[in-house]
Amino acid sequence: MKDRLIKIYHGFGLPRLIISVFLLALIIVAAGTDLSVPGLLSDSLVRIGQNGIYVLAMIPSIQAGAGLNFGLPVGVIAGMVGVLVSMENSLMGFGGFLVALLVAIPLGTIAGYLYSLLLNRVAGQEMMVGTYVGFSVVAGMCIFWLMAPFSNPALIWPVGGQGLRVTLTLVDTFGGTLNNFLAFQIFGLTVPTGLLLFYALLAFLLWLFLRSKPGVAMEVVGRNPRFAVASGLNINSYRSVGIVLSTVLAAIGYVVYAQSFGFAQLYNGPLMTAFPAVAAVLIGGASTREAKVVNAIIGVILFQTLLTVAMPVTNQLVEGNISEIARVIVSNGMILYALTRVTGGEQA
Amino acid sequence: MSHVKKFVARNAVPILFAIVCLLGVYYAKMPGQFLFMEIVKRMARNSFLVLSLIIPVVAGMGLNFGIVLGALAGQIALILSTHWEWAGIGGLALTALLATPMAVVFGMLAGTVLNKAKGREMITSMVMGFFANGIYQFVFLFLVGTVIPFENEALRISTSPGLRNTVNLSRIRGALDNIWTIQYGFTKIPIVTFLIIALLAIAIWAFFKTKLGQDFRAVGQDRHIAGVAGIQTDRNRVLAIVFSTVLAAWGQIIFLQNIGTLNTYNSHEQVGTFAIAALLIGGASVTRATIGQALMGTFLFHLLFVVSPSAGQAIFGSAQVGEYFRVFVAYGIIAISLALHAWRSKSLVKASMEEDVSA
Repeated sequence: MKDRLIKIYHGFGLPRLIISVFLLALIIVAAGTDLSVPGLLSDSLVRIGQNGIYVLAMIPSIQAGAGLNFGLPVGVIAGMVGVLVSMENSLMGFGGFLVALLVAIPLGTIAGYLYSLLLNRVAGQEMMVGTYVGFSVVAGMCIFWLMAPFSNPALIWPVGGQGLRVTLTLVDTFGGTLNNFLAFQIFGLTVPTGLLLFYALLAFLLWLFLRSKPGVAMEVVGRNPRFAVASGLNINSYRSVGIVLSTVLAAIGYVVYAQSFGFAQLYNGPLMTAFPAVAAVLIGGASTREAKVVNAIIGVILFQTLLTVAMPVTNQLVEGNISEIARVIVSNGMILYALTRVTGGEQA
Repeated sequence: MSHVKKFVARNAVPILFAIVCLLGVYYAKMPGQFLFMEIVKRMARNSFLVLSLIIPVVAGMGLNFGIVLGALAGQIALILSTHWEWAGIGGLALTALLATPMAVVFGMLAGTVLNKAKGREMITSMVMGFFANGIYQFVFLFLVGTVIPFENEALRISTSPGLRNTVNLSRIRGALDNIWTIQYGFTKIPIVTFLIIALLAIAIWAFFKTKLGQDFRAVGQDRHIAGVAGIQTDRNRVLAIVFSTVLAAWGQIIFLQNIGTLNTYNSHEQVGTFAIAALLIGGASVTRATIGQALMGTFLFHLLFVVSPSAGQAIFGSAQVGEYFRVFVAYGIIAISLALHAWRSKSLVKASMEEDVSA
């Protein structure tokens, strides 16, 4: 019995245990105040579905040996262009959502492929280079948003006739399409069925891919490049597969995020998208060299629930918004912890 | 002729940026006097911070994004000195003195963490900067006024916890700059500030002539060989970060006494990025940085910063384009330098591996 408990403990890991206990304590505190616990949990479900795909995007890049994908904004930008094209044409509901995806996925593939060509040349330093490539792309796109050929008055500044607005609302187009699909209430808890189903579908597809022949080959390339070469695998092309997959997931992730959040934030909006996603997958038990789909799922559930529950609860106790600060401390602390663990090879 | 070629090849980045800056100056059509004033002001403000990056580069730890920690130490000292109403140059010197032990502690912590992350110092130092920023915000936005008793109208609004978003540093504004200025046109050149920057440059130069400085260089060139030669590599690496952090703390104090206002929660955020971008524009790389490169880079980067909004207005009809362009340049130059460095070191490893095989 004791051995079994120890085994469960080792499988689950200390960081997850601490966060789970803390989360439980927060929920108990919340129940003691006049906060609605089902309401908090409903919000958490939405945030899990909203951010889940970004966290899934970390898996293929880690498995292919390219480390945590700090260059997530490269894919996010592709998703943004998809959302904007759909909004420019005032497409509504599922039509709008699908068109956004249909634009975002090929763009994400192209961007991801170019990004992978760069990362293959800087093997060993992917995370640092990726971070700044992500930042540069976001900053460069700021110029694009100012000069982009969009003309729908709902998107551009009212004066001047050019330049996209900083924040766009999706309420009139396809905001909430996925969230409201088959949504139902149980014990006061609202379940965004469509959102969670879509997330589950992507997680399942990724899980399936990792078990397929190319998925296993990619893992071999990531785990042991020398062995991969000896087995006749082309390292760079399998790394590219992982990075492209990660970027495309980020692009899909943005479309889902925007429809759930209800707003698209341009310009510097996507600058830091990679960090919460990186933190979540690490909280879920992944390392910089090994990650499973289940790590991404556990991670996003723990991290997003923590953030959602922590804000209103701490607001009851102290004034001001502590959630943002908690996010910064928890996510960067987690990344720091992962970076300083001994992992065998030297990698950044 | 080959001399010229070599010079151009070695200084490709600063030459490229000099051309971009010249184009910017041409299109911006700013009055020369104004341009000169801005550049003098920005050089006085930023040079010290950029110079604080050199030592870790030489010690082989790459670009120290963790100078944010030093900047935080400087700011904490400034908050306290405002609270105690220290004024003038004496007050400023006391503030720098107060910041030093804090920066030493932060530097030691940072150096110890970085020793656990060899080969990925840069990303670790960057994340550490974000993390430290979170802790700083937690302390000054929440603990102050709730857990830590702190009553001062100038720093806090008593009805809500946390410090004010902006703190007026009127008592030490210009304390260093205004000791001795030389008027040139509209521009007041702060002689003492530039003297201190020169002093730091000489000190860094002299430092690398000492035994310790040479040890740093050896560690930077090859950690294992330095270790075999009896140099305590880990201790030297921590020391390099401590030096850098302390210099950054002083640098941030000089920066803020020039500006005169402390943006409590975001004065420090971009310190690392902008200082590093400036150093790289001067032609430095992840493994090589000199004082000349730091000063040249500060000059070019801030020239670009000053002219880009007007140049954007003239070329694209929008000042915003110029503003986004300069941020893009800052991030872009860092991305390119890091990529080039990784690319080169990868081909070096490859070459040495092939040598092993052929031998």
